Parts: sequence; C-alpha cells; structure tokens
Amino acid sequence: MMAAQRSMLELGALHYAYPLRGARRAVLRGVGLRIERGELLALIGANGSGKTTLLRLMAGTLRPDAGDVWLEGRSLAAWDRRGIARRIAVLPQAVDLPSGFRVAEVVEMGRAPHARRLFGSTAQDVAAVHAALRDADALELAERGVDELSGGERQRVLVAMALAQEPALLLLDEPTLHLDLAHQVSLFRTIGRLRRQRSLTVVAVLHDLQLASALFPRVAVLDEGRIVADGAPEQVLGPEMVRRTFGVAMEEATGIDGRRHLVLSGH
Amino acid sequence: MRAAAAAARPMVGGPSLARTTLVLGSAVLLVGIVGVVAVGLGSVGISLDDTARILAHRALGLPLPTTWSPTSETIILELRLPRVLTAMLVGGALATAGTVFQAIFRNPMADPYVIGTAAGASLGAVLGILAPLLVPALAIGAGSEWLGLGVVQALAFAGGLTTVLVVFAVARSAGRVPVVTLLLTGYAVSSILAAAVALLMFVAGRALASIVAWLMGSLAGGSWSQLAIAAPLALGSMALLTLRWRQLNLLLLGDRQAEHLGLDVEREKLMLTVLASLATSAAVAISGTIGFIGLVVPHLLRLVIGPDHRLLLPAAALVGAALLALADLAARLAGGVPVGVLTALIGAPFFVWLLRRSASFPGLGG
Repeated sequence: MMAAQRSMLELGALHYAYPLRGARRAVLRGVGLRIERGELLALIGANGSGKTTLLRLMAGTLRPDAGDVWLEGRSLAAWDRRGIARRIAVLPQAVDLPSGFRVAEVVEMGRAPHARRLFGSTAQDVAAVHAALRDADALELAERGVDELSGGERQRVLVAMALAQEPALLLLDEPTLHLDLAHQVSLFRTIGRLRRQRSLTVVAVLHDLQLASALFPRVAVLDEGRIVADGAPEQVLGPEMVRRTFGVAMEEATGIDGRRHLVLSGH
Repeated sequence: MRAAAAAARPMVGGPSLARTTLVLGSAVLLVGIVGVVAVGLGSVGISLDDTARILAHRALGLPLPTTWSPTSETIILELRLPRVLTAMLVGGALATAGTVFQAIFRNPMADPYVIGTAAGASLGAVLGILAPLLVPALAIGAGSEWLGLGVVQALAFAGGLTTVLVVFAVARSAGRVPVVTLLLTGYAVSSILAAAVALLMFVAGRALASIVAWLMGSLAGGSWSQLAIAAPLALGSMALLTLRWRQLNLLLLGDRQAEHLGLDVEREKLMLTVLASLATSAAVAISGTIGFIGLVVPHLLRLVIGPDHRLLLPAAALVGAALLALADLAARLAGGVPVGVLTALIGAPFFVWLLRRSASFPGLGG
C-alpha cells in the first residue's frame, strides 16, 4: 500500500539504536517522514538528535532495527548497493580526495554505479561527467590535480562527483561544515539551481537554523530521535521550538526584507 | 575563456591508449631485457647471443639452426629459466599484492605480509622442515612431492592463507571488518606466530640452518614443477585483482564514500584480501619471505605513473617482476647471497629516499 504512492523516499516508524558496551543506545525512536519528488527539505536538530544516523538510514548504509525506508515505493532492503547508488547520491561533510588524481578522474568515480565496461568508459559516462562538471561550476577545474584545490573548489568537485551519479535524490550531510559563509550560500544556490535543472529531490542535514530557514521551503526538526515539527520554516521555527530543541533563547524580529527572522535574545 | 574551457571535453575514460601503450610497453620491454640478461649471466659463461637464440628457439618456437652446445641449453632451460621465471612470478605477485593492500588500508606502510601471510607461511614452512625430524615416520614421505610441491611449500602456502582467513574472522564484528582492527589483529596474530617460529628455531638443532635459509627468502629452489603449481594460482589472482581496479580506486575515497558510490565495501575487502593473499601465499611458498618488493614497487610507480589502479596494477606486476629478477641475478653473481637479504639492503635505503623525495603518498592521502 505504501508502494502504491511512490513517494521519492518514505520513512516509516524508524527505530535505531547504536550498540554501546553491550547495551544499546536508542538514537531514533519512531521517525516517520515522506519526501515527495522535487522537494527541498532541511533536516535540523541539535548535536546528538540523530540526524546523521537518519541520513545514513536514508542512504541505506545503516539498516533500521524496526520500521523501513522505501525508495520510490520499494523497501531499501530490496535494493542492491549499486542500484541505490544509481538513485541516491550523498554529498559528505568532507572526503579526502585521493591525491595524485585529476579532478575529472575523481568525478568519473561517480560513474561507478553505472559502469558497464571492464576497462574503458561509455559515451554516456563521458557525457555525464562533462555535464556534472559543467553544472557544478567545476569545468575549469577538470584538468587540475585534486591536491591543488581550495576548500570551496573541493566542495564543487564533490558536488560534481555526486551529479555524475545522475541521482534522483541528493542527500547532503552538513555540507557547509568546513565552508565560510560566502561558500555556504553559493553551495546552496547551486543546489537550488540543480534541483530545478535536474529535477532533483534534495534532503540536507543542517545544524544552521538561519541557513535552513532562509533557503529551504520545508524544514523538519529532529529532537531526541523523533520528528517534532515539519513544515514551512516560518511555521516550524518559532522561538518556543528553538528553545525546546536547541536549548537556546531566541526571539523573532522582522528583517528589512519584511520577513520574520530568528535572532539570539540579547541580555 | 569560459567558452574555451567548456568546449574542451575533460579527459575521462582513464589513461589514453598512447599512454597505456607507452607505460605497459616500456614495462614489458624492461621485463624482456632483464629476463634475457638474467638467464644469460651466471657462473657458466653463455653468450647473450646464444641465450637469446636458445630462448627464441625453445620458448617462441622460432626455427633456428642449433649453434649452441646441449649443455648450454640444459643450463638455460632447466636451471636458469625456471629460476628467473620464479623470481618474476614472485616479484610480480608481491608488487600486485602490496598495491592492493596499500589501497585497502589506505596506508602507505602496508605490504603483502601486513595481515599475517608471512608469519603464517613461515610457521607452515618451519613445521614442514621440522616434521620429519620430530616424527621419524614422516621422514619417509619427506622427500615426496604432492602435486609437484614439497611438504614445506605446501605447508607454507596453507599457513599463509589460513592465517589471513583467521585474522579476518577475528577482526570481524557486527558484520564489519574495520581496517584498523584488521591491521592490529594482523599484527597481533603475526606476533604470536613469530613467537612460535622463534620457539621452534630454538629447539630445531641441526635443522636451524634450513629454517634460517627459508626465512631469509631464496629463489635457488625455482623449478618447473613448482612453477606449474604456483604460477596459475598467482597469475590467476593477479588477473582477477587487475579486473577490480575500479573498486580499488573507490576504496581510496574511504569506506563510506565508496559505499555511497555503490560498492559493497565489506564484501569487496574480503574478496580483495583473499585474492591478494592467494597471490602472496603462492609466492612465499616457493621463495620464502622476500621483503620490500611489495612495499617499494607500488610507491615508486605511483610517483611515476599516478595512482589510477587501471594502469598501476599491471605496471606494478611487470616492474616487480623485473626488479626481483634483477635482484636475484645480483644475489647469484654475489655468490649466492639470499635474495631477501639483498632486497632489504637495497630496498630499505631506496624507500627512505622515496619518502624524502615525496612529502605525500599519491592516492593514499598523508
């Protein structure tokens, strides 16, 4: 019955506990979420709220203790790793790009789930790598060595690698952790553009409330292993919610753009 | 500017045909030259011209008039050729396995023996050497061969492979084998086995010399019958490893990202470990433990041709083959020094030089 609805990704009553010295520490306690095609969703929560665990369950690199994840209506358990990688790409926090490779070579590693030739690449591979580099604004980096890249450039290369997978769903794991503000904004502008150009569905795990509320039309808040709020940022991110889930006193203010923003309470 | 950049297609699809031909062509040429020279030189003088003719006549089947003596032919074909081919097989297998283990562990210090192959093979070989002395009944069968392999070689092979499987099983927890755990378990198990070897050496008495000779590594026992067993095992696993270049490249991104790119990381690591250990054990069984080839050759080649395993694996196999054949030639000409001593003597300073020359390790971070 879930299968009939064919959401991009659907999470049903997910439970997960990490093994910890013989005992198990519950991280997720019944998370349910439905993500439709083309959505742009920010998943926020305090440290330890379980958001990175949730992302791993979505990517299929962890299996839930109870509940299930359905990708395009089919349980992730029924997909093989390669099949998942053709539908879902993950932009990690940081990856050590293996030194000695050129950017184009690393981006081509994103073609691995589609690989058909024993040694060479197909015309589709070449076209996909080119399009990925172009769309990630990394075309002029193609021939550079990965060791010569700045932080922002590395991020673009990782985006290109994810795009080379030609995924339907892009998962971002706190992708701005190591970027300055200008690069953070530019990354999300790129992601927003790509979502339209490539009809991507995007789920981003974020800890930055400002970024989430400014750039994402839908925000889900994870607190102590449960989704405690889910909706448009102006509905979800009230001062009360922030105080409860993040333990920080904030108040609303109207910015010069006429929109309401959360700011830290003064003393 | 931008238009120009966009017009130029980024070079993908791996190394160009020209580059592949150049790299592998030079490596094959190197192997060929070293092969002829190593077969031609020795305590009995046979001209390189005759050597090349005998090889061309016998190995390539070229119809040449026999201008050489039958003794020369016997020396070349029955003594030197199998020994040189053994050196090449062992060198190629160790260099391939070293490349693979360095990628699995993303660690430049990894070598083919890193998770216990050498220690396990040593214990097997020592038991094989001592068994007929400890249990006289076995002495009758000691000289016999099983499928062309002596008892020592068979036990060394079994010891190497068994150890790796045990290490893998011990390091496994909750369906995963973390590389650090694997590395440390390999170290611990190796230490236990090395202690057992030391104990056996302590009680070995007259057999001590044979044990020491085996442990130092030597190619003096190279023969066609050994090659007939070891070559298919080693070459088969090397070929299968070479076909897994893409998976090896993905592992360089780290386990998690490799998984995101569709690799079943745990299964892949097990498969690569078994194949690399198969090649290593086959090599060690017929040569003893020869060091540094499996450590140095991959580093050297990454510096010269880059870290892409598509080209790195076959190049490492060829260059490893040539280098060990060359080292064994030097060992022979130096009056029969064990080749393992020589590779360590030359390999270690060379390795230090490489370290100082390159601040980082291509493909391995750091």
